[in-house]
Amino acid sequence: MAMTTHVDIVSAEEEIFSGTAEMVYAPAEMGEVGIAPRHTQMITRLKAGEVRLQTGDEEKTFFVSGGILEVQPHVVTVLADTAVRAHDLDEAQALKAKEKAEQALKDKTSDIEYAKAQADLAEAAAQLRTIQKLRKAAK
Amino acid sequence: MAVGKEIRTQIKSIKNTQKITSAMEMVAASKMRRAQEYMRATRPYASKIRNVIGHLAHAHPEYKHSFMIEREVKRAGFIIISSDRGLCGGLNSNEFRATVRKMAEMDKQGIEIDLCTIGKKSTQFFKRLKGNLRAETSDLGDRPRLEDIIGPVKVMLDAYENGEIDQLFVVYNEFVNTMTQSPQIEQLLPIAANEMEEEIKHHWDYIYEPDSKTVLEGLMMRYIESLVYQGVVENIACEMAARMIAMKSATDNAGELIDGLELVYNKARQAAITQEISEIVSGAAAV
Repeated sequence: MAMTTHVDIVSAEEEIFSGTAEMVYAPAEMGEVGIAPRHTQMITRLKAGEVRLQTGDEEKTFFVSGGILEVQPHVVTVLADTAVRAHDLDEAQALKAKEKAEQALKDKTSDIEYAKAQADLAEAAAQLRTIQKLRKAAK
Repeated sequence: MAVGKEIRTQIKSIKNTQKITSAMEMVAASKMRRAQEYMRATRPYASKIRNVIGHLAHAHPEYKHSFMIEREVKRAGFIIISSDRGLCGGLNSNEFRATVRKMAEMDKQGIEIDLCTIGKKSTQFFKRLKGNLRAETSDLGDRPRLEDIIGPVKVMLDAYENGEIDQLFVVYNEFVNTMTQSPQIEQLLPIAANEMEEEIKHHWDYIYEPDSKTVLEGLMMRYIESLVYQGVVENIACEMAARMIAMKSATDNAGELIDGLELVYNKARQAAITQEISEIVSGAAAV
């Protein structure tokens, strides 16, 4: 039997794969890397792309949107990101959270107003329905 | 016969309430089971990252990431995770009480506090307390995604890196078991150095691509995020468990109320019948 290495692919939300493979291909930041068993210790960031695992004639493919690859002689760990990460994207998310906090502090009445708007809407819809009924009756 | 009409309507309305609470109990029970699975699924990621960071810290004792350096604490940040909805017993209020106690302690030492809230309940509560809210997010649903918390966590991490806060805590409910949930206040930053140093005996180092600093930076951020994410998921499991228990006791209480009312109703009915019979009998005797 060919030599194999243990591979774990995990994301913050779930464990994606755990098993053995003869060869691991991953999209490292500086180009695709192929990792055979007993590869020296290495750690690198991953770009978005496919992680391929080869076992015999079989090939398994997993899509990752980035992450970190850790290699030890008998264990390969892929810490996959679930989200597309980019500096400006993160920044935008952070801004959104800040704005929401400011909104929460400012709009003391926002919840109530929302309920009121809904009530107003329901009322308007009811009025419309009544008018339509009246028109039908008039015909 | 119009005996005890009020009692009958009351019994009916309590029965309706009981139906709702028992339905909510069942929904919460099934959601809890799912939340527990998610909770388990998030564990390997954090423990893997912790291992890697442990290796890194060991291989580079001279290089310290800013997240690992302790500073004098003048301002602290709290990330407070709560549920979006109520009807889950004392889950949120217990958590807030523990948090406020901790904050009061820090206040005595002259430490100011910044907040980041995740979940509607904590936003409402700390808004009322006039806390300094830096970031907030809510409506994460039953299956939160990591993206949802990147923003608020980044706000706090940036604040830490810029020296605006010197300590960062996360507050959530720990899922002990279905009956017990206990509020937890954990220190995220600075990462305690001894926490990272594991019993790694032989010395070796990684090959870094592109270089050790960027890799470590990326790892640190993901580590903190994954810890907060774990808190969020665990808090959901707690919310569901607490709601299940609260709804179960509500259903039981409704049952007791119904039993009591039915007894009163039957007594009234029997009394009315007895009275009627005695009236008829005495009427017949008079004739």
